[in-house]
Amino acid sequence: METITMVTLSDTLAHHSLGSGDSIIAKAFRPGSPPRQGDRALLAATPADLSHIAGHSAILALNQDTFEAAKQTGVATVLISDKLSHVEEGDILRIFRNTGSTRILIKKKHRQNPFLLTERCNNYCVMCSQPPRDIDDSYLVEEALRTISLLDQDTPEIGFTGGEPTLLGDGLIRLFNRAKNMVPNASVHCLSNGRQFKDAEFTRKIAEAGHPDLMFGVPLYADNAADHDYVVQAEGAFNETVKGLLNLRRFGIRIEIRCVLHSATVDRLPELARYIAKNLIFVDHIAFMGLEAMGFGKSNFTTLWVDPNKYSAKLEEAISILRDAGCMTKVYNLPLCVLGDASRACAVRSISDWKNEYLPACDTCTSKSSCCGFFASTKHHYENLVKPIS
Amino acid sequence: MPILGQNSPLRKLQLRASFKNVDHYEKPGYGLLPFDFARLQGGKTLIVNPAGEFRTIPTESLQSVVEGTLPTSSEIYRDLESIQAISNDVQLAGELVSNKVAAKQESLREFTGLHIFVTTLRCDHTCQYCQVSRRNTGEGSYDMSKEHAEKALSWVFKSPRKVVKIEFQGGESMLNFTLIKWVVLRAKELNKEHGKTIAFVIATNLTPLDEDILSFAEAHDLHFSTSLDGPESLHNANRPRPGKNSYQKAKDGILRIQERLGRDRVSALMTTTQKSLSMPKEIVDEYLSLGLDGIFLRPLSPYGFAIKTKSFKKYDSREWLKFYQEGLDYVIELNRQGIPFYEYYAGLLLKKMLSNRGTHYVDLQNPSGTAIGAIVFNYNGKIYGSDEGRMLAEMENEELCLGHLDTDTYESVYSGEKLLSLLDISMQEGSPGCDQCAFRHWCGSDPAYHIAMQQDPVGHKTFSGFCSRNMGLMKIIIDKLENGDDFTKKLFRAWAWRR
Repeated sequence: METITMVTLSDTLAHHSLGSGDSIIAKAFRPGSPPRQGDRALLAATPADLSHIAGHSAILALNQDTFEAAKQTGVATVLISDKLSHVEEGDILRIFRNTGSTRILIKKKHRQNPFLLTERCNNYCVMCSQPPRDIDDSYLVEEALRTISLLDQDTPEIGFTGGEPTLLGDGLIRLFNRAKNMVPNASVHCLSNGRQFKDAEFTRKIAEAGHPDLMFGVPLYADNAADHDYVVQAEGAFNETVKGLLNLRRFGIRIEIRCVLHSATVDRLPELARYIAKNLIFVDHIAFMGLEAMGFGKSNFTTLWVDPNKYSAKLEEAISILRDAGCMTKVYNLPLCVLGDASRACAVRSISDWKNEYLPACDTCTSKSSCCGFFASTKHHYENLVKPIS
Repeated sequence: MPILGQNSPLRKLQLRASFKNVDHYEKPGYGLLPFDFARLQGGKTLIVNPAGEFRTIPTESLQSVVEGTLPTSSEIYRDLESIQAISNDVQLAGELVSNKVAAKQESLREFTGLHIFVTTLRCDHTCQYCQVSRRNTGEGSYDMSKEHAEKALSWVFKSPRKVVKIEFQGGESMLNFTLIKWVVLRAKELNKEHGKTIAFVIATNLTPLDEDILSFAEAHDLHFSTSLDGPESLHNANRPRPGKNSYQKAKDGILRIQERLGRDRVSALMTTTQKSLSMPKEIVDEYLSLGLDGIFLRPLSPYGFAIKTKSFKKYDSREWLKFYQEGLDYVIELNRQGIPFYEYYAGLLLKKMLSNRGTHYVDLQNPSGTAIGAIVFNYNGKIYGSDEGRMLAEMENEELCLGHLDTDTYESVYSGEKLLSLLDISMQEGSPGCDQCAFRHWCGSDPAYHIAMQQDPVGHKTFSGFCSRNMGLMKIIIDKLENGDDFTKKLFRAWAWRR
């Protein structure tokens, strides 16, 4: 499990008839597909494909000839570059009307398609893989609402991420409602620092939205205020997050607690585990995550990086405390060979396919197929640490 | 200032310039929340919050903790904040503590679980330490009548608890097996309407065990709890009966039940006599060899013949604690060798110290478990708030008699002045000696014990064997948790959360 940034494949070579307003959001279809609800974009590879234009609100021209022919239709058209040539039927795209810039928002074949709801955040975590930006990106909510309406009925799960999604206030509640109404079978996992839930009224409104399968992933980095506030670089954050967790519990909303392992979190891991077992036993699960060298995780890397072999005993103790207490615990982003037995049993093959890599030494390891390997960004730090399992 | 503990290692971290260091977030000024403290060996002080969570700190830093001058940079600050002994948000900390206290006291809300039916006071054994003052086997007037059993059952179904236990006690309870049978069938019949989960346990020396009893137990999911004091010579010396074969009978019975009904259907309890004191290892081995999963190293209680025959006076708390520690150490060693074995007394206390669940063990409840944890229906229809209460009664002390099945109702007993005042005075918060004790959060009140020993339900704790035994035991456990090896700590944690 990593903090997933949006698929950034975004390029178009030319556009035509895009009209006014912010953006077009549409789902791609091949010519001749049976009609479906919602905005559709025609994947046109030849001028002849344009005969299927009825019922489409945009054309994705795959080459110059088709683009020229499409211009005659009066329908919004973009000529997409090679970078987007992997677009497939069922993918959902966004086209900015002013620039023609096109991006795949939902890749149908990926299980996880997180929605970035805002880049704004009231924390400033020392290892943030997607550093916050103080910008007005409120259009993202409208965009996400429209995208959810286009999702396939059998979409298994939706991820909301940020920034800090709760900064959207009622906008977030609209999103939960939309998800509940349009894709009722999809579970919703929303990352949040949990601070806004200190507001019981806001938390109650989320509960009242009545999403049938909603979970918040809330980070907790310490058993005490100073250490947690330091990690998230925000005074008072720990107390607000803990209050928030109690409110989530009060209104019956499910919770995952997350902790990224680095030099500012590993020293008191057993104490954190005990704190959770004692005070937050109601959470649904707990995730310990290896450090990814992205964003601030990269700029602070030399300070934050700890050889996992140096903290594996503490992680092992933390995990057995939680296991004894009956808390479901998982370990993400750490190769099996640096983990103790209890931690190994909780390890998840978590890094997404396009990010995980292995070292040459891993070829002799019997557990390679069940191991998450490494992020490309941290791989070389493991070169002298891996111990192939035989 | 080393006495104030280590500084947080986070102070050494150097992030990029746009980030602040940890000291920026170490806010001065904290409030104290309720905690109790006690001095331990080795210059340490124990700090316990109302939910029973504890930390130890160097005794020298206690003063600065309470004065509000504990450096925010220290690890001790973090340790104490973590258990809400101190906080810069006392309202939030208070909420966290009260949630935990409520979870621990869940059994109070659940109300009476254990219902003891004394089916007869007759017994074939003549144990010196008998705590219930048994009668000879021929004396039929010491049997419980069906009429009383029927009335007692109506009490069982009045308990608000969903999961209840009916335990048959004696004398030798199975000398009146006809009544046991009748109660089980009748309870099942009545339960069709109530839908409770009922567990049945027969406390027995297993002497009367026969094929009929076994098939009935098999058909109706009865559990057996028997007495096993240790190796043959010790057991038979403690538990004489005609034929001098108590040990053989108990052993045969245990094995028979295990084979026929399953290992989980029989458990055993031991009582420590003076003769036991030198053989903790042999006693544990006896349990191990019989395939039992653990042992409850129990002291003798001051009731019945245990007092009359002065068995109780033959050893003191200190001797018992030495015996206990040797037994516990041996059990830990067994586990280290890969032989899973459990010591129930330690497990009970560890649950209170480390888990966030309470226990249903009646002797360590606050307020005491009198009637609200367990209730006893004596063979003669009299009602007691605990097994010890009826033991006192057989010593002509009716102080803990709450009424009679013929003349009292559930409502009149449970809302009666006698029970309420007994519960009231058993609250540690108002008991001299308990009110400021750091160990009270894991302890309980035992009015029957103090009536027996000091003729007063509260008693003077300085002279209380109950107090010195439990406190001594808790110190042994804390010492192992703080200074023990990793294996012991791990084992204890697993015991604490064992279901």
